Amino acid sequence: MKPSHPASDPRQLLEQMLLIRAYEESIVSGSAAGKMPGTCTSVGQEAAAVGVVNALAADDLILTNHRSAGHLLARGADPGRLLAEVMGRRDGYCKGRSGSLHISAKELGVVLTSTIVGAELSMAPGVALSQTMLGRPGIVVCFFGDGAACEGSFHESLNLAALWNLPILYVCENNQWQAFVHRREAMSREHVADWAAAYSIPARTVEGNDVFAVLAAAQAAAAEVRDSRRPYLLETCTYRTRGHLEPDDQGYVDQAELAAWLARDPIAACRNRLLANGSLTPAQAAALADRVSTRIAVAQAFAEASPFPAAEELCRDVYA
Amino acid sequence: MPTLTLYDAVGAALTEEMRRDSSVIAFGEGIATKRRELVDEFGGLRVRNTPLAEGIIAGTAVGAAATGLRPVVDLLFAPFLCYAMDELVNSAGKLRYMSGGQFSFPLVTLAMTGAGWGVGAQHNHNVEAWFVHSPGLKVVMPSTPADAKALLKSAIRDDNPVLFFLDIGLLYQPGEVPADEQTLPLGRATVLRNGQDVTLVSYGKTVQHCQQAAETLAGQGIAAEVIDLRSLKPLDEAAILTSVGKTGRLVVVHEANRLCGIGAEIAALVAEQAFSSLKAPIVRLGGPDAPIAASYPLEQASVPQAATIAAAAARLCAAQPA
Repeated sequence: MKPSHPASDPRQLLEQMLLIRAYEESIVSGSAAGKMPGTCTSVGQEAAAVGVVNALAADDLILTNHRSAGHLLARGADPGRLLAEVMGRRDGYCKGRSGSLHISAKELGVVLTSTIVGAELSMAPGVALSQTMLGRPGIVVCFFGDGAACEGSFHESLNLAALWNLPILYVCENNQWQAFVHRREAMSREHVADWAAAYSIPARTVEGNDVFAVLAAAQAAAAEVRDSRRPYLLETCTYRTRGHLEPDDQGYVDQAELAAWLARDPIAACRNRLLANGSLTPAQAAALADRVSTRIAVAQAFAEASPFPAAEELCRDVYA
Repeated sequence: MPTLTLYDAVGAALTEEMRRDSSVIAFGEGIATKRRELVDEFGGLRVRNTPLAEGIIAGTAVGAAATGLRPVVDLLFAPFLCYAMDELVNSAGKLRYMSGGQFSFPLVTLAMTGAGWGVGAQHNHNVEAWFVHSPGLKVVMPSTPADAKALLKSAIRDDNPVLFFLDIGLLYQPGEVPADEQTLPLGRATVLRNGQDVTLVSYGKTVQHCQQAAETLAGQGIAAEVIDLRSLKPLDEAAILTSVGKTGRLVVVHEANRLCGIGAEIAALVAEQAFSSLKAPIVRLGGPDAPIAASYPLEQASVPQAATIAAAAARLCAAQPA
């Protein structure tokens, strides 16, 4: 499977977001039913993922983290193989060795996913160095959160990328939460983008729940990286509306803040806008929803039918 | 045969491999300053100085290795590897397996360690066992310039991450190095001296101490076999078992802390697989469970010396089998 072409139709953006939401909700319910392990979802952050990934070219490379479902699905990953991976099955993208938290899919250009917060930032300069030294045109996109931005690797990565002129689009998905700690308790600044200036890296923030705004900002940012062959930082301001790791009762969450962000749900906002401007009819909206639920049902059936890895695979692929 | 120091042998290996394969690059803390000849020949893009930031140096090597380059990174002193543990252990060591074999990580990490310069515990800490204990990594620690060159060439060609430790005490000792482009397979020990009575297994600078001890023992009528492991992972188990099968007595010697060190693994290996050959208990000689002092006499006291090794081996040979 190759990376999917960027969406040319705004309805495709909506459909991708619906797919991501349905996919993650299927893991939440599967986990609650004891059929799957718990996971870290990106529910509420779909626009931030879809907007950026649809601004990329097929030869761009992506590094991501434990909240990667949106990046993978927007890039064209097969939800069946993703769910198989989550369930530890042989047909998963990583043969069941990753689980949900570190799925890489080289064929899609989604390389080197780590759940160690900040590790994606530490590896991104090397991937960009390969692109540069081996004469490859693709840029490198590194997705991380506000939590990772508080790791030393963020600062070391930006410094080196600026110093060595590395074509990296850093995308901080500022979802306001660093595991169980609110971003306000952990960051000396309001925005991660503020820190980029210290490394002479251009940066901007964008409303992360508006998929069209994210897409436009990411297209401009990616074009700048492509032209300058230098780093750029885009901060998408969004909100993690579910807990850190399922199941999570979110007892630590300010309910007023959560309610305010739920009212800005990226999927509802996109759907309402398309309905209001006539790009989408209610019947088409219903058809999109049906198509997505069918895909997830098919994906679940595929994953459940996939066998577990054989015991002989325990020590395979440790060494090259 | 040309004579080189171990430090220059490393440079010779880098030069040959960078000539041979344009995907080999080298970067790290001062490497472009100290190895100017590499910059002159291969240019400032393939040979780069870096910030003093071990985490990003190692992480950059991991990312580059996964996507088509073969980086060699110089992190200077082994204790600095603590700053690079996530990148080396969690990324380089695990992401091949965790991705279902989608990626490989052909990278070499150079780090100096060991007694000799009185640099103290934050520059001298033999941490090689940490990496042996971490899956996905290979670990090499040569004791001669010739081995350093041939093993580094193999490490660079290997598709796995290799931790390549340079013993500070050996760094500027000269040794003969073959002029041809010889490589040595990782994971193969060498028998430096044949003997029937006791096996001395070591790596790094204590190999020389074992050879000195073997001379002393020969004067007492005891024939010691001396094995230089050279690689700690893969470990040449066959070489150890073959020798112990012959001698029935084993002394494992290393500078690193004895506690959970390589010697413990080798002792367990022999106890499990060659117990019936043993004529005496296995002896492990290693450093104490203490940071290494800067003061020269204390630093030297942390390293098993030839007299200690000879005395331990002689005691084993004097003991009667039960």
